[in-house]
Order: sequence, then C-alpha cells, then structure tokens
Amino acid sequence: MKKPLRLFPEAMKNLTKKAATSKYPFEKAKTYPGFRARIVFESEKCIGCKMCMRVCPAGAIEIVLSAEQPAPQTAADGSQIPQKKKFDCIMNLDRCIYCAQCVDICPKKALASSPDFELAQFDRKKLKLHYT
Amino acid sequence: MSKMQIPLGPQHPALKEPENFMLVLDGEQIVDATVNLGYNHRGIEKAAENRNYIQDIYLIERVCGICSHSHVSCYIGAVEEIAKVEVPAIAKALRTIVAELERIHSHLLWLGVAAFELGYDTLFMYTWRDREQVLDCLELLSGNRVHYGMNTIGGVRRDITKEQVDEISKKIKYLKERTSYYVNVVTEEPTFLARTQNVGKLPKDVALELNAVGPTARASGVDIDVRRDEPYFIYDQLDWKVITYHTCDVFGRAVVRVLETIESYKMIEQILKAIPEGPISVKVPWKIPAGEAVFRYEAPRGEDIHYVKSNGTEYPERVKVRAPTLSNFQSLPYCLKQGYLADAVITIAAIDPCMSCTDRAVVYDINKGERKTFDQEELRKYSIEFYKKKGISFK
Ligand code: SF4
Ligand code: SF4
Repeated sequence: MKKPLRLFPEAMKNLTKKAATSKYPFEKAKTYPGFRARIVFESEKCIGCKMCMRVCPAGAIEIVLSAEQPAPQTAADGSQIPQKKKFDCIMNLDRCIYCAQCVDICPKKALASSPDFELAQFDRKKLKLHYT
Repeated sequence: MSKMQIPLGPQHPALKEPENFMLVLDGEQIVDATVNLGYNHRGIEKAAENRNYIQDIYLIERVCGICSHSHVSCYIGAVEEIAKVEVPAIAKALRTIVAELERIHSHLLWLGVAAFELGYDTLFMYTWRDREQVLDCLELLSGNRVHYGMNTIGGVRRDITKEQVDEISKKIKYLKERTSYYVNVVTEEPTFLARTQNVGKLPKDVALELNAVGPTARASGVDIDVRRDEPYFIYDQLDWKVITYHTCDVFGRAVVRVLETIESYKMIEQILKAIPEGPISVKVPWKIPAGEAVFRYEAPRGEDIHYVKSNGTEYPERVKVRAPTLSNFQSLPYCLKQGYLADAVITIAAIDPCMSCTDRAVVYDINKGERKTFDQEELRKYSIEFYKKKGISFK
C-alpha cells in the first residue's frame, strides 16, 4: 500500500533539532572504558618473558634489555644481590593494530591500553616509541 | 542499435570498493553482465599460515570491517572444534549478543547505502544517525566501534556488567521503535517502491541453482538460515523466526533485512534478560592437535564458511575463507540482465556486496594466454622467491 511523503513528518520534526554529529576535533571525542588505543608500558613490572612479542599479530612490539641495568646491591655480609633486569619496550605505532592481545597475555600487567588515540604524524619515524 | 559495452568500476562513484562489472547494453537495457574480481586481493589466507592461532584471530577479524565478528567467530569455531573445547555458556551468550548487534548495524548500514544509491538521501541520513546507537552498544561492550576484539579461542575477552546490560537494553528499545518506522517507510513510501519493485529479479529456482545465500536467497523464498539449520552459540535456545519473502526483487531483499533486524532485537532482549554466570573463557593450549574442521556461520550477508586444518603445531596449516558475497556474486549477472542501466547500481548494492572478503586471484599469462594453477608446494616456493627478491626475510 503506497503512502506518499512517509519521511516528510520525520524531516519536519528534525528541522529544529541539534545536529546529530559531534564537533570533533573542536570537542573532545567520547570514548568508552575499555577503549583500546596506544599501549603504555611499565618497565618496573616487566620480567622480559616476551610473551607479548609472541602473540602480537602485527609484530609491533619489541622488548629489549635496557642499556643501563641496575647495579647489584651489596648485602650486609658483603655478598652481591643481583637486581631484577630492566627492560625497554619499543612500540611501532605504525604497525600496531590496537588489538590489546599483548595486554591480555602479559603475566605481570606491565602493558595497558590507554585512551590516547590521536596518534597521526607526518613523519613516520615519530611513530616508533621507545618506552624505558 | 549496436550493442555497447561499458565498465562499471573498478573506480566508480557508486561503488565504494574496487570491483569491475562489465555490462553489455542494448540501448538502455543490460543484455549481458560479467563480474570481474581481483582488485582487492590481500592474501590473508596465506598470511594466516605464517601466524599462530592467537595472532590469526586478529588477522581474520580484519577480513571484513562490517562483519568482523562473523569471520572471527567462524574461524574460532573451527579451531575450537578441532581442539574439542567446550566454550562456557556466558561466552556463547556474549558472542550471540555481539553477533546480533553486528547484524543490526550491518542491515541498518545497508538500508542507508541502498537509500543513497536510490538518490533518497533523507532516509540514508536518518538510518545512519540511528545506526550510531548500535555502534555505541558495541563500543560499550567491547571498547571499540569496528573491530570489537571480543572473541578469543575458548571464550570471550570481556565480561558484561549490570550497567552495560541496562544501557544496551535502553538503546535497543529506541532502535526497535525506529526500525519499526523504517519498516513502514520501506514498505509504503512510493519513492522506494518505484525504484525497487521488480528490479533485479531472481526467481527461487535460479537462486537455488546459483547458490544464493543470506537475505538475497531468503528474499527469493529460499528458506535457509544457518542459525536455525545448524545452530551454533545459543540460537537453538532463543525464540525467533527466519524471515523469507516472495517477491524475488530488490524490494524483497530490503524487506527481509529490515524484518530480520527486528528479530535480532528480540533475540538480544531475550539474552540480556538471562545472562549466564561463570568464567568467560577456558584455557586452550598453544598447540592445536592435528585435524580439520569446517564451520558455518550466518553472517549478515549470508552463510560464511571457514575451513581450518591443523598439523599439531601452533601454526595452522591451512585457513580457507568462503565469504557470503562470493556465493552471491554467482547470481548477480542474472539479476543484472534484462534490467536497465540506471538500476544496475542498486541491483549490485542489493546483495550487499563486500568485495574485500570475496576477492580471489588467478595467475594468467598474457603472452601465452593461459591460466596457471599452483599446488601448495609450488605456491610456497613462489612466494618465498617473491619476497626474497624484495629483500624481505621469510620464515
Ligand atoms: S609479556 Fe609483559 S612481562 Fe612479558 S615481556 Fe611483555 S611486557 Fe614484559
Ligand atoms: S595492541 Fe596488538 S598489535 Fe599492538 S602491540 Fe599489542 S598485540 Fe601488537
């Protein structure tokens, strides 16, 4: 059964309404909790198991030994106590697909998703982040 | 008048993805049509063999942006079948919710695109505005809008909270109201009817013969739906019905899609009322025992099939994807023939094509004029040589 102008009342109703689109970038874009964007790294927690490298589908993450290692502490009896090794994380944002599988697999919760998504750069080299 | 051949695509204002349709015209009438694939081939199946099962989840998820959950669920379903994993009830429920939300978002997207192709931009604007609500539901549940990353082998990655249930229920209620209105628009608005009725005819026997799937087949009266015929997740516990229609044209495909959306709301409401408790996933070893499995899944565009073969290592030996569009392309030339050039775009859009899922490649020697077939070993050797020449190391 044909009924002409089916959308007309709807269009009229919306004439006085505010635009449905958001004003990004002039307004902050809304993200929900659990949003996956740039991955952040805490060196103190990392034990260098490299599980994150093994599951990363894009080969975006790399865990390397830090150039500077903490000096061993001297115990009261004079023996040396080795300290936990320190690791750096090299994150290639140009390869990362923000799946956060590395965050899920990390046994020490050294990695986490941050809501920081405005990552575009003109220079590709700037997309290589070195977290220490 | 002499016949004229015109190409539609691979770059064409009406097609958003690169694919070529060769139309032979007699005046304004299409007398012959061929579909040419191959502009968008990404070699995902090959890439899947070089990644482990966990890495493949995210690779397969990116086969398609609109049905990312469909492809990954299908792949994971096959892997879980080989590994003989029993997925917890709550994971199945959550997978079903995401699957149906995805269907809603895909069908509303389609309705907008179809309206746009018809030059009916008012409808396009309103459907896409409302589609934001379902994208918000998906974002709320999974964190992201497009690639939800909900699935993992053995379950899901995120639980659902009480607040999320309330918020999604609220949005579903709004969407249900809106979609009921769109059902009226689609079935009553003369502009829409004039452009879709008796366009792109596909009779039932032809649809069956040419292996049409999903809404394209159901609009020709073919009563198929994997969710009912071979239930996965928790579809067998829900109260819903398969929508079919009898007009065999673009109008029928639109009606099937909007009515299916209403069924999806019904399903989501049922699941949200009684979400099971318990752990959201079970642990699955890295190495999957040797074996093979085929998984069938009803994606928004039709039946999606994944075949996975494992050899006991942590890398799959073969992953094969048969996206629904490949199946629907077989009947497309039939639909186009005898139609008018002005209707070609909406006829193509009516099967809701997804080119990137579908693309295939063949090797064709122009000088010799022959096709070459590779077996697996030859292809492997060829690919290693290919990458070596480019200076890329190959595992
Ligand atoms: S998985 Fe976690 S602990 Fe292991 S190397 Fe990566 S960041 Fe470090
Ligand atoms: S988010 Fe995904 S792609 Fe990015 S580093 Fe982690 S695992 Fe790799």
